[in-house]
Amino acid sequence: MAKQHVDGKDKGKVELYALSTCVWCKMTKALLEKMDVRFDYVYVDQLQAEEKEKTLEEVKRWNPKCSFPSLVVNGKKCVIGYKEDEIKAAVDAA
Amino acid sequence: MNGVVDVTPAEIESLFERLKKDSESSGYHLNPDETFTKELIRGLIINQIRYGYASCPCRLSEGDKWKDLDIICPCDYRDPDLSEFGACYCALYVSQAVLKKEKQPEPVPERRLSPDEKLTSSPPRPPLGVMTVAYPVWRCKVCGYLCAREQPPDVCPICKAMKERFERFL
Repeated sequence: MAKQHVDGKDKGKVELYALSTCVWCKMTKALLEKMDVRFDYVYVDQLQAEEKEKTLEEVKRWNPKCSFPSLVVNGKKCVIGYKEDEIKAAVDAA
Repeated sequence: MNGVVDVTPAEIESLFERLKKDSESSGYHLNPDETFTKELIRGLIINQIRYGYASCPCRLSEGDKWKDLDIICPCDYRDPDLSEFGACYCALYVSQAVLKKEKQPEPVPERRLSPDEKLTSSPPRPPLGVMTVAYPVWRCKVCGYLCAREQPPDVCPICKAMKERFERFL
């Protein structure tokens, strides 16, 4: 399962690393949808071993704890956890 | 074992009722937002089916019970997070103050060490001193319950964590 794409306003590259079972991840995804932002998301728990390792390496670069949700905006900023104000600020600044 | 797993509302309801009863009887509280709580419980059931143990729905499981022992719900970090932030990491459990709305829950940072951090962190606290005891003392890593007997109990009488979650304390 590769990254899923959600269409919306172009704010650059918005990437959400999430877990399919995590409620905070779901809330983050719903917030981005409500903001009508174009973004990609991936449920890391649903990846096959090799792809999972590769994806975790990506997450680790931004968030050494490798916790979820991790939202990377334009390869510049990473918001860890469901922090509504920080997510809005990071995306709006993009 | 990464596919999409189906969970029925009846299964969610049944686990919700059991967790509610167990937690209230030992002084813990489920998050009063039932919709939110039941969504977490769905995640717990999915993990139980996928991995064979109910690891935290908000953490990535390794699929290895021994590596994930500390994040099997209730996790080793629940009680310190309840004390410090008013909720556990995923917010399935909340403190009494949050339940009574005397306090707002705060976002809970990840307390669990990453594999890299584990390599560089200091070893577990050493025993307090040499002591001779008639029985070994076991400590539940989830809730801190102590008991003096040859073996830890199969299930913690306080928080219902399983035997494997106990460590030798004295």
